[in-house]
Amino acid sequence: MSSYLRPTNLEDALHHLASVPATVIAGGTDFYPARVGRPVDEAILDISAIEELRGISTTSRHWRIGATTTWRDLLDAELPGCFDGLRAAARQVGGQQVQNVATVAGNLCNASPAADGVPPLLSLDAVVEIHGANGVRLLPLADFVLGNRRTALEGSDLLTAVLVPKAWEGARGGFLKLGARSSLVISIVMVAGTLTVDAHGSVERAALAIGACAETARRLPELEAALRGRPADGDLAGLVSPAHFQALSPIDDHRGTAAYRLDAAATLCRRLLLELASSP
Amino acid sequence: MNDLGQNLADDRVTVRVFLNGQRQERQVAPMKRLSEALREDFGFTGVKVGCDAGDCGACTILMDGMQVCACMVPAAQADGKMLVTVEGMAADGVLSRVQQAFQRHGAAQCGACIPGMLAAATDVAARKQNPSERDVLDALGGVLCRCTGYRKIIAAVVDAGSEPQTTPPGAETAVGARLWRSDDVAKLTGVERFGADVIPDDALWLRAVRSPHAAAEFEIGDLQPLLRGHPGLSRVLTAADVPGNNGFGIYPDLKDQPVFADGLVRYRGEAVLALLGEREAVLAIDPEALPIDYRPLPPVIGLAAATAPEARQLHADRPGNLLIEADVRCGDASSALADCAHVVEGTWRTSSVEHAYIEPEAGYARRVGDRIELHVTTQTPYMDRDEVAQVMGLPPESIRIVPTACGGGFGGKLDQSVQPMVALAAWLADRPVACVYNRPESLMASTKRHPARIEARYGCDGDGRLRAMELMGTFDTGAYASWGPTVAGRVPVHASGPYRVPNVNARGRAIFTNAPPSGAFRGFGVPQCAIAHEALIDQLAEKCGLDALEFRLLNALRAGDRTPSGQELTASAGLAQCLEALRPHWQRARAEVAEHNRAHPVRRRGAGLGCMWYGCGNTGMTNPSTMRVTLSAAGRVTLYNGAVDIGQGSYTIMRQICADGLGLPIDAIEQVVGDTDLTPDAGKTSASRQTYVTGKATELAAADLRGRILRQANAARDAAISLADGILRVADGGIVHDIPLSQLPADADGVVLTGEATFDPPATPLDADGQGAPYGTYAFAAQLAVVEVDLELGTTKVLSIAAAHDVGKAINPTLVEGQIEGGIAQGLGLALMEEYLPGRTENLHDYLIPTVGDMPEIEVMLIEDPEPTGPHGAKGVGEPGLVPTAPAILAAIRQATGVAMHQVPATPDRLRAAILAAGEAS
Repeated sequence: MSSYLRPTNLEDALHHLASVPATVIAGGTDFYPARVGRPVDEAILDISAIEELRGISTTSRHWRIGATTTWRDLLDAELPGCFDGLRAAARQVGGQQVQNVATVAGNLCNASPAADGVPPLLSLDAVVEIHGANGVRLLPLADFVLGNRRTALEGSDLLTAVLVPKAWEGARGGFLKLGARSSLVISIVMVAGTLTVDAHGSVERAALAIGACAETARRLPELEAALRGRPADGDLAGLVSPAHFQALSPIDDHRGTAAYRLDAAATLCRRLLLELASSP
Repeated sequence: MNDLGQNLADDRVTVRVFLNGQRQERQVAPMKRLSEALREDFGFTGVKVGCDAGDCGACTILMDGMQVCACMVPAAQADGKMLVTVEGMAADGVLSRVQQAFQRHGAAQCGACIPGMLAAATDVAARKQNPSERDVLDALGGVLCRCTGYRKIIAAVVDAGSEPQTTPPGAETAVGARLWRSDDVAKLTGVERFGADVIPDDALWLRAVRSPHAAAEFEIGDLQPLLRGHPGLSRVLTAADVPGNNGFGIYPDLKDQPVFADGLVRYRGEAVLALLGEREAVLAIDPEALPIDYRPLPPVIGLAAATAPEARQLHADRPGNLLIEADVRCGDASSALADCAHVVEGTWRTSSVEHAYIEPEAGYARRVGDRIELHVTTQTPYMDRDEVAQVMGLPPESIRIVPTACGGGFGGKLDQSVQPMVALAAWLADRPVACVYNRPESLMASTKRHPARIEARYGCDGDGRLRAMELMGTFDTGAYASWGPTVAGRVPVHASGPYRVPNVNARGRAIFTNAPPSGAFRGFGVPQCAIAHEALIDQLAEKCGLDALEFRLLNALRAGDRTPSGQELTASAGLAQCLEALRPHWQRARAEVAEHNRAHPVRRRGAGLGCMWYGCGNTGMTNPSTMRVTLSAAGRVTLYNGAVDIGQGSYTIMRQICADGLGLPIDAIEQVVGDTDLTPDAGKTSASRQTYVTGKATELAAADLRGRILRQANAARDAAISLADGILRVADGGIVHDIPLSQLPADADGVVLTGEATFDPPATPLDADGQGAPYGTYAFAAQLAVVEVDLELGTTKVLSIAAAHDVGKAINPTLVEGQIEGGIAQGLGLALMEEYLPGRTENLHDYLIPTVGDMPEIEVMLIEDPEPTGPHGAKGVGEPGLVPTAPAILAAIRQATGVAMHQVPATPDRLRAAILAAGEAS
């Protein structure tokens, strides 16, 4: 049975969701494209009017990106350099029309293998905050996006925020997207990375994630380990090897072959490391 | 609404908006797309629907000052917002600065993207005082345009802050002046009405149900339960309902495409039946729930499969799946090739390409007594009329076609889409019946550019003079004939390119497969063919140690030469001038590329050339246009202009030609456009024929009327005429005659004098060897592309295009540039990104066309080598813009990478694979 609800506070939203299973929408930019040529005939919970879910705030341990925070909000926010990758992704999520209404959290919930927001947030060790029947729980992003269009959301769960640990404060972030045209393009491959450098100029921590090369975006733990302790200079790129990508399982499709995706992923990784090593 | 805002979706919510400067409120279904709510509930049809998926941006509006795609905003979310659509941008009849800049720069062509473009442009203009080109590209990146190549739009937005100029540039004569479009204000203010904008409120809705299979037999089961279950569904139309011939097609003997398939479907997307009823009821039906029992057949996909000996035959009367083949033979190509000092050869493959006009197919029909009136988006009203008539079993005079504004065509709106279905339904229901394709339907159902396999050999003597060419062009014509014969006929004529070649053996053939029908698409097979001949020309130049431009110049067809069809080019063969205009650009580009590459081993640049020639008008057959211009007793001059303007500007340039022909200012020329009851047949808007053929008819019709006017005063040919207050003044030397027009005998329409003329270009049929004079004239062009290839990723960025085009005479240089720039954009898409795959790329995020950021800098150079049979020397330019672009880009890629791409699009993965393979081979 179709219904529509647009509450203005979280409590009402959760209360409603607990009683009526509903499709949650905010920006609508994934919802409508999936329904071209057919009517909306489902129960809808529109969370876009819940003010408390919008905006970026800080806690002692996290940056907190509320669930209805748009890509435009993110671009307009004052955020440190570790968000540069996420900001670069924000500029490439659809056109500005999409960036103006689409939400960061929605990009995660849609769980496309090519979601532009996932690799940067994975490389920031993001955690999602979920309000469910049993209260609030936190889940690492890697455990939230389970597969193509599959997430850990169940029943009356509502994703309410994306949390980025402050441990990355002072880190450098970057993001490279490869598509077959300049804008409005679904990624063939994308790479995001976050890097901290110690007082001696060596890599303290590195986090790298690849998107569109598996059912979900993946971190590259072997490469990250190989980078640790190395001087943060152009030689980092030379550490990238095919072995680091063995956990990926890209597909052949009209955007590119699997072999091409792996090849391009390695190239993008090298370039991203050069960029991160040379940034201040 | 309760405290939680809860509502059933059937219920409506109150949406209060501040819309285009006015407070408005409507009761709207909360999840209705805001685009639909604005069009249907608030009445602002300036909001265009191009995809419903955020892929095209045509529906872009401003919401609280920010650009959003209205198709993805729930109507309920607009509550309390300030909205601006294209209708709200002008204030008190004065265009906004951004609109004025679009007008000055000729930024609108078909106009279907313009409402979205203007919203995006207004957004950036409000944010940035003097936006940089980068700012503009970012802001417009979400709006697709298929006509303009974006350059004039970018220029307009960058220039929007400058002091407005409110009147068009003045000129002594209209012809040759950069006059603003006759229809630009309508296109810039949302007043223009496209196919989906004219539908009456009481229209029934028709929705075709299409085959999900490329090949299948099918049976339709009992439809009564469906009809009973959906009270709003009034009937289901099938093949059995078609009263006339259940078949349409371009050629009189090839009406092979059914309106509704009759037990057998031959492509994914073929119409099987149509649902007719109230709109919401019809759209709510799940096609998969219909009682259609498909028995899939193994589909015949691709040329190899279709031509294999064991291939299943798609049409009983077409053995070998061969639709048609056509030859051009002159001299003795095979023995001449044996004698050549240098011979090169190769095979090239091109993909299926979608027109991707921003306006999907749309229109409605209504029955008026024993006649049917159709209001549709089309490139060809008279062909529509005749096609609908034979499907309905009615005489052509019983059908009236009133073209709406056409939101892009490029050849794709030369075939039937909604026309026969809505005509049939309106006839049976005796109610207006509308049909609007959604984007996936448009992609699935419509025709495509023929995928091709071109095998060619080219040879020259030791001095670099071309001696012989052989070409076999095999074209995948898909499930039905459509324009396949035109492609097969045009290709061999143009096979050897714009060069003097004494020995040619060229064949074009069209093969049936279970792909969507391939039809007309800007160039009719010549763009595919040019990819082959230009690659071979480059190789021959290298073999001879000659510069690629000088080699082309040496061999360029010139006036006095004979074509491979045996036609003597008596005038207006301007390839040499085009190449000479490009020479400094070419030399500079070569030097800059070499310097860049010394410092950049990974992102390497290359420069490449592409040349073309293109016969204007139909191939070897009559294709007349008739134009009429009248003078009324009230002193009004009306041009009856049947040359449908699909964005290229025929509603502007015909007025220019008419004005000069009469000796009156352009503002004096009113128009009645493209209505088969009112305007004479000006043929179809295709084959680069309107400027040349209809333009000439206009010139002659204006001369006819002017002659009649002068005879009223026995005045000399150079007498000046003017009109004021119903008085015709003829000033002949010192003598002034004032003729009160009301004193002249008037017909029932108040017309006192009429000029009319028909022009049919001087073409003759081709014989079995393709010999004859297939066209009245040819356009010539040369383009230079500079690209940068990322060798590690296989990505190509086109940096610049210099385009030199011999257009005979530019009737309106701004419009001519627009055609060339738009053609370049489509050529770029063909070369680098466009590939239609049924079932895979049925939307505009999987099927990629160039966005604003993909466009290079473009410099257009207009060469005017006049064509004596054309109006003021003009010839066509619609298709020539596209033809040389892909060859030039591929040549530039080859120079940058050393890799010759034999398959387009040269997508990043294909190019990277080729680079890797070349590296392994070396």
